[in-house]
Amino acid sequence: MPAIDAAAKGTSGAVKRYKEFASKNAIMLVLLALVLVIGIINSSFFSLSNIRNILIISSVRVIIALGVGGILITGGTDLSAGRTVGLASVIAASLLQRPDYADRMYRTLPLLPVIVPIALAVLAGLVVGLLNGLVVAKLKVPPFITTLGTMVIVYGVASIYVDRPPRGAQPIGGLRPDFTKIGTGYLGPNGDLSIPYLILVAAAIIVCYWIMLNKTRLGKNIYAIGGNSRAATVSGVNVPKNLILVYAIAGCLYGLAGALLAARTGGATNNYGMSYELDAIAACVIGGVSTAGGIGKISGMITGVLIFEILNNGLVILGVNAYWQQVIKGIIIVAAVAVDIRKYLAKR
Amino acid sequence: MGEREFVLEMQGISKSFPGVRALDDVTLKVRPGSVHALMGENGAGKSTLMKCLFGIYKPDSGEIAIEGEKAQLQDSKQALDRGVSMIHQELNPVPYRSVMENLWLGRYPTKGLGPFRLVDHARMRTDTAELFAGLNMEIDPAVWVSELSVSKIQQMEIAKAVSYKSKIIIMDEPTSSLTETEVAHLFGIIRRLKSEGVSIIYISHKMEEILAIADEVTIMRDGRLVGTYPAGELTTDLIIKRMVGRDLSNRFPPRENVPGEVVLKVEGLTSAEHQSFRDVSFELKRGEILGIGGLVGAKRTELVETLFGMRPVASGEVYLRGKRIPVDSPIRGKRNKMALLTEERRTTGIFPMLSVRDNAVIANIDRYVLKTRLLDRKRSEEDVRKSIDALRVKTPGASTLIQDLSGGNQQKVILARWLLTEPEILILDEPTRGIDVGAKYEIYSIIADLAKRGKSIIMISSEMPELLGMSDRILVMCEGRLTGTLDGKEATQERVMELATQFM
Repeated sequence: MPAIDAAAKGTSGAVKRYKEFASKNAIMLVLLALVLVIGIINSSFFSLSNIRNILIISSVRVIIALGVGGILITGGTDLSAGRTVGLASVIAASLLQRPDYADRMYRTLPLLPVIVPIALAVLAGLVVGLLNGLVVAKLKVPPFITTLGTMVIVYGVASIYVDRPPRGAQPIGGLRPDFTKIGTGYLGPNGDLSIPYLILVAAAIIVCYWIMLNKTRLGKNIYAIGGNSRAATVSGVNVPKNLILVYAIAGCLYGLAGALLAARTGGATNNYGMSYELDAIAACVIGGVSTAGGIGKISGMITGVLIFEILNNGLVILGVNAYWQQVIKGIIIVAAVAVDIRKYLAKR
Repeated sequence: MGEREFVLEMQGISKSFPGVRALDDVTLKVRPGSVHALMGENGAGKSTLMKCLFGIYKPDSGEIAIEGEKAQLQDSKQALDRGVSMIHQELNPVPYRSVMENLWLGRYPTKGLGPFRLVDHARMRTDTAELFAGLNMEIDPAVWVSELSVSKIQQMEIAKAVSYKSKIIIMDEPTSSLTETEVAHLFGIIRRLKSEGVSIIYISHKMEEILAIADEVTIMRDGRLVGTYPAGELTTDLIIKRMVGRDLSNRFPPRENVPGEVVLKVEGLTSAEHQSFRDVSFELKRGEILGIGGLVGAKRTELVETLFGMRPVASGEVYLRGKRIPVDSPIRGKRNKMALLTEERRTTGIFPMLSVRDNAVIANIDRYVLKTRLLDRKRSEEDVRKSIDALRVKTPGASTLIQDLSGGNQQKVILARWLLTEPEILILDEPTRGIDVGAKYEIYSIIADLAKRGKSIIMISSEMPELLGMSDRILVMCEGRLTGTLDGKEATQERVMELATQFM
């Protein structure tokens, strides 16, 4: 073994490392090239206000991606993320409508402190997450199937919640300014250099999640379970408990993201969050999270989200037809997974 | 508190799996501060018994008492809490994590308060360094386990088991990938643990190891207890006799095969995979049984899987009857008249939910396609019936699900599958792993008969007696390289081991 190692390292270490870096980050390099091309074609892409805009949109998305990313690292997946965001958004919005708004959902609702509806949104996410975790960990239903089921259920629940027979599911508008301020307000002077609250919230969540994943037992167990769940089991790790916690935490993040989304857009409908889970999974995979489990970093998830949102934004700026945008995004998802799998196969 | 006679008492343990009675009324009693060897052939139930002790399996009946106290172990954590730790036979670390994270998995040291306790990396690092220093091991605590050699991983697992400060340490084949020096080192550790009052349950197939280190030996056969003996009363022959249940002389069938002309020639074959085999050259003759020996991690499986087209080739040539052949896919492997019985029967051999018939014809299904594009069920059934009879597969019928058969009979069905493709070269990777003794003899007979009928056979085996008893010639590999070819009649266990550890 030492002889083989030495031979491999001695001859072409630098070139090999360079190649390895390129192959590991192939999709990122391609996408970065794409960014440059977009920017060159239309320079407004690189304007401060556009970059700020991308960051604001990414803030909500990154919170969702962190939740999904943690689950991916355990070797699972979460298809219910987007719909949970939607449910949380209608719950938060419905409890934070202006008293003078004509089409109020709860006409006699007193003025609640803003934190209460947000907490309820997070709670709703927690319930969905716990349900996912329990079914995956205790009933041993594969995560794909479990969350496929809850995805449909949660959409149903959100729709029932905003259903006003015979008018059907109604959008919720007229949100209180003290709530929407969270989504649109900022620190510092007026202008493109100000720091939006959303970015601060996202940054705080990222720091907490990073500590959780890298500095706590739970985080280490998540990697161990995804890397080799049998090794975790025989080392005395309570695998079901850790799995339930991961899904529950992810649920809370979706809940928070839902509330923030409502605050940013000034409203909510039962269709909010649709296919966000796919964007989140795609972002994680682009950022190097392995769908096979055991591998993934926060920095990767953040980069993945940014690249995905840059792409979204760039396609709009370039004036690409909305339907074509879908086609391109789909191709990116498949390409990302194809690259991810290659990396995994090469290691075997 | 007086010294208890036994630190561990397992009594009347039985455990069944679908189709197999793995343990039948087994009793094991271990004295404190002793090394208790557990011996038996593959499939005798040693690992199953240990998995019951470590909370991985729940016995169907029987009682376990640790230090006189009854233990009902629901999972491994409870076993660890009760002072039992284990080195697992299948080394399975978490690959893309550091050595220290693997070591302290399930019990990371933390600092801080309440729910905000964080993993104490600094302490983990010093604890790991201390542990390795105390055991005289040189492993970098921070390196990823995927970067370690198999022998380093095995040492890491030994260190991990020791670090629990358990009363009982189960060592299931702890030396399978270790060199002689490393084995001597492990024995030093074991002696020290013993002097500290720790009991070791030691599973190994290596007789010298057992006779060198064990105080008592418990022998199992076919899931049953044969007996427990003081090591001083035993000899290699006695152990084998009790393990096998019959004399060594007729453990293997007589072979009447006569190796003929060269069929397969491999020249300078090098794997395209990272840290795999390289520059392997050998010849295989008609009607020959060519054994391949070596330690776990010698890349024997990789070699034969590459020959069959499952893994990529970097360089080298393969000739079939003098004609160069490509080896780039299993489809080509089949066309090259090769057949491969893979090492992991459960993961790459059987289709558990399919019938014996479907399992048998799956590699040869093209032959049963009618002009209508439908399958000729009648003819396939006929062929399967013939094979089942010829190989004496014990099955209620051809439509029985293969998962309901015993390991040995499953293996025969897989053999039947490949024989239906009418191969000239039959590659068998650990053909008797996890098979009970009686069935082993039948598999040997089938192999001998095939060789007699002119089939060429490559057989990887980690069981020394099997390798020595069945091979006309033996290739030995070490660290991905061929270290020697021995004549089957002249080869000895010592000579094979010497070659198998040449570069270590």
